Amino acid sequence: MPPSRSWRSYPQTYRLEAARCKGCGKAYYPPRLICPGCKGREFEHFRMKPSGTIVSHTVIRTPSSEFSGLAPFAVGIVEMDDGPRLTLQLADVGFEEIKTGLPVRLEFRRMYSEGESGVIHYGHKAVLVRK
Amino acid sequence: MAVGIIGYGAHIPRRRIKVEEIAKVWGADAPSYKRGLELLQKSVPALDEDTITLSVEAARSALARAGIDPQEIGAVYVGSESHPYAVKPSGATVAEAIGATPDCHCADFEFACKAGSEGMFVSYGLVKAGLIKYGLAIGGDTSQGAPGDALEYSAAAGAAAFIMGADEERIVATVDETYSFMTDTPDFWRREHQFYPSHGGRFTGEPAYFRIVTGAVAGILKKAGMTPSDFQHVIFHQPNGKFPKRIGKRLGFTPEQIETGRVVPLLGNTYSGASPIGLTAVLDVAKPGDRILMCSYGSGAGSDAFVLTVRERILEVQDLAPKTRWLLDENIRFVEYGEYAKLRRKIRLASE
Ligand SMILES: [Zn+2]
Repeated sequence: MPPSRSWRSYPQTYRLEAARCKGCGKAYYPPRLICPGCKGREFEHFRMKPSGTIVSHTVIRTPSSEFSGLAPFAVGIVEMDDGPRLTLQLADVGFEEIKTGLPVRLEFRRMYSEGESGVIHYGHKAVLVRK
Repeated sequence: MAVGIIGYGAHIPRRRIKVEEIAKVWGADAPSYKRGLELLQKSVPALDEDTITLSVEAARSALARAGIDPQEIGAVYVGSESHPYAVKPSGATVAEAIGATPDCHCADFEFACKAGSEGMFVSYGLVKAGLIKYGLAIGGDTSQGAPGDALEYSAAAGAAAFIMGADEERIVATVDETYSFMTDTPDFWRREHQFYPSHGGRFTGEPAYFRIVTGAVAGILKKAGMTPSDFQHVIFHQPNGKFPKRIGKRLGFTPEQIETGRVVPLLGNTYSGASPIGLTAVLDVAKPGDRILMCSYGSGAGSDAFVLTVRERILEVQDLAPKTRWLLDENIRFVEYGEYAKLRRKIRLASE
């Protein structure tokens, strides 16, 4: 991904900024211009709390080349406490520990880098809440 | 005007490797390393963790405790000897991730293991001068020791963050005195483009760590008009378990004063994060009125020392973010040398 493209998504990838429709209250991540629910065009932007619940999960063993060094790794759909569902890598976890319904928190992590000399892309991954 | 810490936090990777596991690979005698270094294990960062990611997580915990709008942070300083980029500041990514941009001064600091305390000193100074409202200082590292070298047993990863401010109602610990002590001492270095550092072996001890820390502690005690018995806690730089105990004893501190902030036996040496993480472990359990002395050490070589006094608000913020002892004792998973070698990129992959 060219640096300019990842740079434009920093509000979402770095700060988890979502948009809540002023018409019907539904939250979208990434933000949208028109609400698919009520066709509203006014949104309030806000930062999601970095917490949610695992809705479903799988293990990736043969990923695309930029993630090959990480394989095998777990990926899950996480329903955020603020509403939106995100597809996220599940980090620092044994695959047998992952279960639907478990609470997670999002941590800032390295996503991938363009080789040894390119830009490093950062974002969020989910880790199990272990309190 | 009182200036002090209004929020603090630490972050440590979850993985650990035991000293025995490293010693086994190199045919070294584990009991003698454990005795000699007073080290049981060290933290190991995952492939997706680096100084920037650890700094962001530590900063978020500090923000949770400070309870401020990140837009009011006027300076972000990350001190490290393992910045992910040679050119491109770690602090810019951290500031962007926590929402402190664009109205913000930012710089990365380097001075071996004291880069974190440098940021603390500078942000404290800027708040005191009235140039910024709040300053965020972070010390963090994902340090590497060459395979088989003595440093491999201790080089670990972690970060601690502190937000300095002057809001009377937000201060959890005032900074009462500061003092820095520094000379050119070639005890440890890494040249440009070198993957692993070099060190002066035994020269890192007496003429370096012990002489510099002694100078810094003597200097700040004199400046503050205090003696070792005035403190409930003292935190020294901790490259291994033995050095902070030995310097503490020599300077007249008791084991009780040293123990709470001596996190290295379970963590390893987190370089720029070492004494700062020790300070977070102390603040997690400190009581109002406690006096704390912190003294960092960075090879090359110098120390920054701080006298702090804990305020009532500490009791309100201790539970607002993960405590350092929980990160050390509970949130851990042990790895074997093979996984460690992969995570620390000691194995070259075909795709690289
Ligand atoms: Zn709507």
